[in-house]
Amino acid sequence: MSYSETQIWAIIVIMGICTYMIRFSFLGLIGKRDLPEWILRHLRYTPVAVLPGLVAPLVLATDANGQMDPTLIAAAVATSLIGWWRKGLFPGAMAGIATFFALNALL
Amino acid sequence: MPSTIPKSPFVAGFWAGMPFIAVGFPFSVFFGIVATEAGLSIAQASGFSLVVVAGASQFTALQLMIEDAPVWSVVAAALAVNLRMAMYSASLQPHLGSAPFWHRAFVAYLNYDSSYAISMARYEQNPPLNVREKVRFFIGTVSLMTPLWFLGTFLGAIFGKSILVGIDIDFAMPILFLALVAPMVKTLAHLAAAVTSIIAALLLAFLPSGTGLLVAAALAMIVGAEIERRRGR
Repeated sequence: MSYSETQIWAIIVIMGICTYMIRFSFLGLIGKRDLPEWILRHLRYTPVAVLPGLVAPLVLATDANGQMDPTLIAAAVATSLIGWWRKGLFPGAMAGIATFFALNALL
Repeated sequence: MPSTIPKSPFVAGFWAGMPFIAVGFPFSVFFGIVATEAGLSIAQASGFSLVVVAGASQFTALQLMIEDAPVWSVVAAALAVNLRMAMYSASLQPHLGSAPFWHRAFVAYLNYDSSYAISMARYEQNPPLNVREKVRFFIGTVSLMTPLWFLGTFLGAIFGKSILVGIDIDFAMPILFLALVAPMVKTLAHLAAAVTSIIAALLLAFLPSGTGLLVAAALAMIVGAEIERRRGR
């Protein structure tokens, strides 16, 4: 790494300010004005639209040998199915963690 | 002021945030270690976590800094990773938009993946919370995670590789996020959005970090909203 002290701090501060502006954007500037229904309809899907796509590449990531981790994939499937069926964080998380450790112990 | 509610929204948020500490704290220690190994000072590594508060983008920036990329491209790539938070900001607006300005300004500072996902999961459940309670729940979710995020980075930066623990917790983050989002899949529209998000994110994984996810998320929101429009909620 060959940046000057100033350049490093510039990266940190600019990233911080811009990240804050991204987070503040809609929440801060629109305030309590009501958004049009078609926008709200899209926003209702934000969590289910972002988080699965954020996680999927992590679940299917390959190691240095180009191999996927079947225990992680099984744990992810178990978490999704049990979490969806039982409609709660803990049943899904427990199912996933149990699957992960059980398969790692067996294989 | 005595509370008549058995479990305050703050306490409920605090407990809901707990499982993510197991992932977030080691992640922050790891950032502190990697950052100082790469050549940042303790102050710079800690400053990163304090000012940016977004792990994935911090690692992205660090990776590009290790490769000696130009300053502007370090910043641009890291910000692309964080653009999804504009969607978080927009989807929190119907819930928190009527809160006082400084409440919204504070929520914005700590609107990261886990605090957003935990809070939205609660906001969509019954019994509904009013706006004050929603803010308190959100603050509950960040109340322990955030100080530990700062502390973890600082400790990692000070002690460096000597505290690199041998426990592999990489698997925990995808599991916890899936456990959060699975119960939110309540309708065919939700399911279609989630499946679209997964397929598109995998197909677009070749794009620069963060941008593929943005396109995938936008497509998934369109699919969900369109199915809702045709079938009703």
